[in-house]
Amino acid sequence: MNNQISPPISASPLLPSTWQAIVHAQLALSPLLAAEQIQASLEINLSQQLHFSKQLLVMTNQRLLCFADMHNPVAENLTAYHYHADLTLQRHDHAGVGKIELFNGEARLAVWFYTLAHDIAAARFSKQFKQQLISFNTGLPVPIEAGEICPNCQTRLSIEDDECPQCNSTIDSPPSTWTLFRLWRFAKPYQWQLLAGFLLMLASTAATLVPPYLTIPLMDKVLIPYQNGAPIDIKMVALLLTGLFGSALLAWGLGWAKTYILALVSERIGADLRTITYEHLLKLSLEYFGGKRTGDLMARIGSESDRICVFLSLHLLDFATDVLMIIMTATILISINAKLALVTLLPLPFIAWMIHLVRDKLRTGFEKIDRVWSQVSNVLADTIPGIRVVKAFAQENRESNRFREANQHNLAVNDRINKIWSLFSPSVTLLTEVGLLMVWAFGIWQISHNEISVGVLTAFLAYISRFYTRLDSMSRIVSVTQKAASGAKRIFDILDHVSSVPEPTNPVHLEAVRGQIEIRNAGFRYGNRAVIKDINLTIAPGEMIGLVGHSGSGKSTLVNLMCRFYDVSTGAISLDGVNIRALPISEYRRNIGLVLQEPFLFFGSIAENIAYGKPDASRAEIVAAARAAHAHEFILRLPHGYDSLVGERGHGLSGGERQRISIARALLIDPRILILDEATASVDTETEKEIQKALDNLVHGRTTIAIAHRLSTLHKANRLVVLDQGQIVEVGNHDDLMAREGAYYRLYQAQARNVDTDLDDLKHDDDTSHKEVDI
Amino acid sequence: MDQQTKHTPFTLSRNAAGQLALVTEDGSTHLGVYPVRAFPISAADDGLSLVSAEGHELLWIACLANLTDDKQQLLMAELSQREFMPEILQILSVSSFATPSTWQIATNRGHAELVLKAEDHIRRLTHTSLLITDSHGINFLLRHIDQLDKHSRRLLDRFL
Repeated sequence: MNNQISPPISASPLLPSTWQAIVHAQLALSPLLAAEQIQASLEINLSQQLHFSKQLLVMTNQRLLCFADMHNPVAENLTAYHYHADLTLQRHDHAGVGKIELFNGEARLAVWFYTLAHDIAAARFSKQFKQQLISFNTGLPVPIEAGEICPNCQTRLSIEDDECPQCNSTIDSPPSTWTLFRLWRFAKPYQWQLLAGFLLMLASTAATLVPPYLTIPLMDKVLIPYQNGAPIDIKMVALLLTGLFGSALLAWGLGWAKTYILALVSERIGADLRTITYEHLLKLSLEYFGGKRTGDLMARIGSESDRICVFLSLHLLDFATDVLMIIMTATILISINAKLALVTLLPLPFIAWMIHLVRDKLRTGFEKIDRVWSQVSNVLADTIPGIRVVKAFAQENRESNRFREANQHNLAVNDRINKIWSLFSPSVTLLTEVGLLMVWAFGIWQISHNEISVGVLTAFLAYISRFYTRLDSMSRIVSVTQKAASGAKRIFDILDHVSSVPEPTNPVHLEAVRGQIEIRNAGFRYGNRAVIKDINLTIAPGEMIGLVGHSGSGKSTLVNLMCRFYDVSTGAISLDGVNIRALPISEYRRNIGLVLQEPFLFFGSIAENIAYGKPDASRAEIVAAARAAHAHEFILRLPHGYDSLVGERGHGLSGGERQRISIARALLIDPRILILDEATASVDTETEKEIQKALDNLVHGRTTIAIAHRLSTLHKANRLVVLDQGQIVEVGNHDDLMAREGAYYRLYQAQARNVDTDLDDLKHDDDTSHKEVDI
Repeated sequence: MDQQTKHTPFTLSRNAAGQLALVTEDGSTHLGVYPVRAFPISAADDGLSLVSAEGHELLWIACLANLTDDKQQLLMAELSQREFMPEILQILSVSSFATPSTWQIATNRGHAELVLKAEDHIRRLTHTSLLITDSHGINFLLRHIDQLDKHSRRLLDRFL
């Protein structure tokens, strides 16, 4: 080994900061070669036995180095692999574990494992390794990639990403209470009402504090003089009682106005929140919906916004009132008699702390009840939709037992919490009584020393019994705030999500669309899997293209890219020579008619469903579309004709009938481009013929892209495009492809032998493993 | 495909590329085969399938213990590099009781950090065992809740 001192590598930006010291220490033992420079590094986190342990791979311009142990810098912990022409690096992943294998021709030199958290970095590392190796073998410099570098993790960003995928994948922090302040954006339009509500709150709280104050003169100037033999001053009594009644009336009126205004405002804030979130949600790309569960999204928009609303209108309001009251009471008490006020307020923090302690226990208990409750409802949600299966296998008893069990669990958790809960209010009462006792004792002592009058003591007692009871409700604020904050966070999660299919900033408008589609070097990654790889295809106006291939070969993804449900990761798709990213999304989609395998009918009449893409269509247009789709006759056979109601999934209609309605829907908007995604896959052969006739009307004169499992349905196609593993393997018409005896020939032969053969069973031995990731 | 596993005349070896090579009874050789457990959680050692690189089953092994030692070792070595379901032994700390929450845990594969994205990523397998999926899709198994220490159980309890 060459002992010449290598170029200084102090604080190399290419090494993770935690590894700097260890790399230095080990390189001191076995230094780098002459003119060797560190090019990149990759931290991996699993050992050979898949135990969690950190290792570092370092790529230089001459070798690949592996630093095995972070805590033990000895020479044995460094392995080095010198570059030569036969080296290759492969990356796979399986069940959450990624692996990088280093091959020397056929023989495996080394293998390293990591969890998928490091996958993006590993992909980049292996790509750089390839370039480094080429550069080493040819002597040419490594090509420099365009694009910016993430300031956080040094990942090179591709031109499309504005955010670093690596840093972005790291975890968002748990919801903080500060999230609630972001709600101000929704509260701002109502700031004047809010201000009015706040002023009303001040006034009404002040009004409720008047009555105890009036008890002082009532005691000292009326009752006690009377006990001492003086006559009752009727005029004064009348005045004081009127004052008491008046303040009560005032407090009532102001309280009503305050609650009403603030409830009104918070309800509006909640409604705005819901609408804006839903509007934003609809604009997000399919990618977002793919990763989320419907129930979860519904809960976020529905119940979470409601929870925030209740928090604003009820809990926050009460809390603010209570705080105001305590401050005002304290001020009044101090102004009457500072000494007694001090004694009165002294136990306050102590009581508050005690209540908080118990509440904290209760809160976790209540959260638990929430979750147990959802378990109970999960049993219901499981069983009711599957009731046919339950009945068919005669498992009613088993299901009812399951429910009983969940209920039992619910009961047990409730019993436990009730033990604390039942202790809670008596404890608060006890603490209040103790507080009152202290005031009594100190008050009597003060009266005996002539420091205060009896009236002052009664007023004090009246004041504090009020706010001790409020402490309980105040203590609740901590948990409701937390809940509201997590609700707000979940809503802002949606609002903060930027659509991965953005609207163009400088939209181009196409006047008349001819329907020429050009796909250039298109590539698409779904997560870390490359689904579409470098596809080139030009489709002439009016041409019909049949997409053929195994499931998982990327047909549907390609169609989704053409519809711009997703954006391509690399390359471009253009319509009539204009990149579809430059077209306004809704304007672009208006040119596309989509017929899916599972037609989705919305709740409403058949006419409304047909006119879904063109709500202002005339009845004549609807009927014409239905005629062309061969749907007219069966619609007329329905009891209410075109006004027949269909459920959310078209209950009462057969699969073929639903499909023809969706074809009519596509026909009505008269699109230039037509996409048929397995339009006839879920119906029988007889119905298929009906639909095929309807489709022939639809296809006529339009650019059509059809995906079909059954190759026979593509007989009208001008060209067939055979896809395999995200790449085009063959293009041509049926006869050409049959003559070529390639992939299409094999597919066709298999289907001819057995009509029901699943294309997926036709995998040939020469196919490589599916799990292999292209690097 | 049921076979008398005791005397199955198949041979298994590892080649230079690190792949398992299987020669079956009929003499055909398959490269890159891998073992898959049929019941990885409930009965790990019963029911093992040798699957070809294309994903087709080649051989069914009813019970691992009936094989010869060298075959067992080969398979176990391969399984140890394919299976990744760390068992949680201890929960050291959690960053918060609201999700997403980062847990520091001790597993049978060493110290690890898992990020729980939502409470419904904790799946109850049986009454006492849980499967916890972290934000990167790694499954952590908690085999016996009642065997956890008190601290871990108290932390876990807040999420159940």
